[in-house]
Amino acid sequence: MTGVGLLGIYIFVMAAFTGLELVKQVPTTLHTPLMSGSNAISGITIVGALMALSQGAADEVTRALLFVGLVLATINVFGGYAVTNRMLKMFQKR
Amino acid sequence: MEAKEWIEICYLVSIVLFIFGLKGMGHPKKAVRGNRLSAAGMLIAMVAALLEGQFLEPVWIIAGLTLGAGIGLWLALRVAMTEMPELVALLNGLGGAASATVALGAVWPMVVAGGVSPVDSLVGGASLAIGSVTLSGSVMAYLKLRGGFGSGTVGFKGQSYLNGAILSAIAATTILWASGGGMIPPLVVCGLALVFGYLLVSPIGGADMPVVISLLNSLSGLAAAATGFVFGNNVLIVAGTLVGASGLVLTQIMCEAMNRSLANVLFSSFGGDAGGKGVDRNRAVTKYSVEDVIMQLENAQSVVLVPGYGLAVAQAQHSLRELGDILTNRGVEVRYAIHPVAGRMPGHMNVLLAEANVDYDIQAELEEINPDFDQTDVAIIVGANDVTNPAARDDEESPIYGMPILNVDKARTCVVLKRSLSPGFAGIDNELFYNDNTMMVFGDAKDTLVNLVNRGKTELTMH
Repeated sequence: MTGVGLLGIYIFVMAAFTGLELVKQVPTTLHTPLMSGSNAISGITIVGALMALSQGAADEVTRALLFVGLVLATINVFGGYAVTNRMLKMFQKR
Repeated sequence: MEAKEWIEICYLVSIVLFIFGLKGMGHPKKAVRGNRLSAAGMLIAMVAALLEGQFLEPVWIIAGLTLGAGIGLWLALRVAMTEMPELVALLNGLGGAASATVALGAVWPMVVAGGVSPVDSLVGGASLAIGSVTLSGSVMAYLKLRGGFGSGTVGFKGQSYLNGAILSAIAATTILWASGGGMIPPLVVCGLALVFGYLLVSPIGGADMPVVISLLNSLSGLAAAATGFVFGNNVLIVAGTLVGASGLVLTQIMCEAMNRSLANVLFSSFGGDAGGKGVDRNRAVTKYSVEDVIMQLENAQSVVLVPGYGLAVAQAQHSLRELGDILTNRGVEVRYAIHPVAGRMPGHMNVLLAEANVDYDIQAELEEINPDFDQTDVAIIVGANDVTNPAARDDEESPIYGMPILNVDKARTCVVLKRSLSPGFAGIDNELFYNDNTMMVFGDAKDTLVNLVNRGKTELTMH
């Protein structure tokens, strides 16, 4: 948590309120794509995995953990955006 | 500017793009573009993350990205729209697992060196705990949705006390880790949290899945945010929190649609032969045929189609739309009424109707359609049950009393397509089935709809 500290908590609170307001304006029709799109965004841990791997893993266990995390987060990112796109196109064509 | 500052600016751009992405979800026409903006934000964040290091593990990075992208795209492109709740449950779980493993990977070198700072172990513990709960809870939800192992509701007396004890143990272990370090506490946190997730979801029944999936969606985001605190990375905190907030809003909407609190959904077993004046189970129901329904439709000016989970099970969305089209072409006013908790996840029915090319302008929400049932000639209910039960409105003793329902019984004629007389998830008989203006047509929803469409093509089409 080095470098984030209290500022991180400020950011957390602001992001929470932004998120609440943003999602309230989403019509119920789009709640499923909203969830799959959120799945893609929650794959943001891909950033942590890539950053740590790019900086080099200190030992085998760390490397294995980061690799597994990278694979799982990448599934979320690619799977989430692709399936959301597929669904939203169906909503758009009418 | 230094490289580090450029990287921070990239992260900021990603955050802005995520927010525009969510904003785009406000309208079906803008949503595709919003989703692409969000994906672009993710790509920028990924590049920035790689630039934070010296690309020291190229083989693992490329292998991980390739493998993950392959699996993700394979899942996304082959999934049937009816299976969307299963996919979202799976992705919730993977998101939680990813956050937990990456957080553990981030603190592991410090664990080995014996020098995890108290703050790092607290946020690390939070990330491990939330991520692991999300994983095991989502796996249970996935299995229940698949209808295989664990699809029954398993619970026992005092389970909430056990849950409370496990939560306290997780907190205690995290604090222990923060004060003493060591290799064992983080693993214990993971183990306990996995058990907790299992216990949390295992007693919950199928019809409560919209609440559970929304909650797990929220948790998967919070796990990512907690991992952001471990790394001291703002883009993780913001993106994770946005998802956490989104899931929370959906959870609240789903709970309201069932007139139940979140605690009630999670901690109290529901249904069975609980209360209510009930209905005499031996009461006779008149069975009607497809021809009888066609006769009603011949005289109808306005028809409301009400899809429920049974529509998804029977994969009957295309047949339903065909019936709707035949009626529309006759000049009948056709609308689709969608209860917020119809199906197994928020918006489940809307996705199926969109797949079947139903215009979203004629898909009506509960508040919108309810005043109009009085002037509706025929309401056709396909695979929906509890959300149409008038007992929720009229019978104060009923366990579902107070839950907002679609007032289909106010339509002049109410046609119910149903496999059998079996009660819905809540285990309560539906009084609607015994009303004088209700026509029960038994059989597989898709078969019945196909029959209706075939007969309708000849008998309801203008010559």
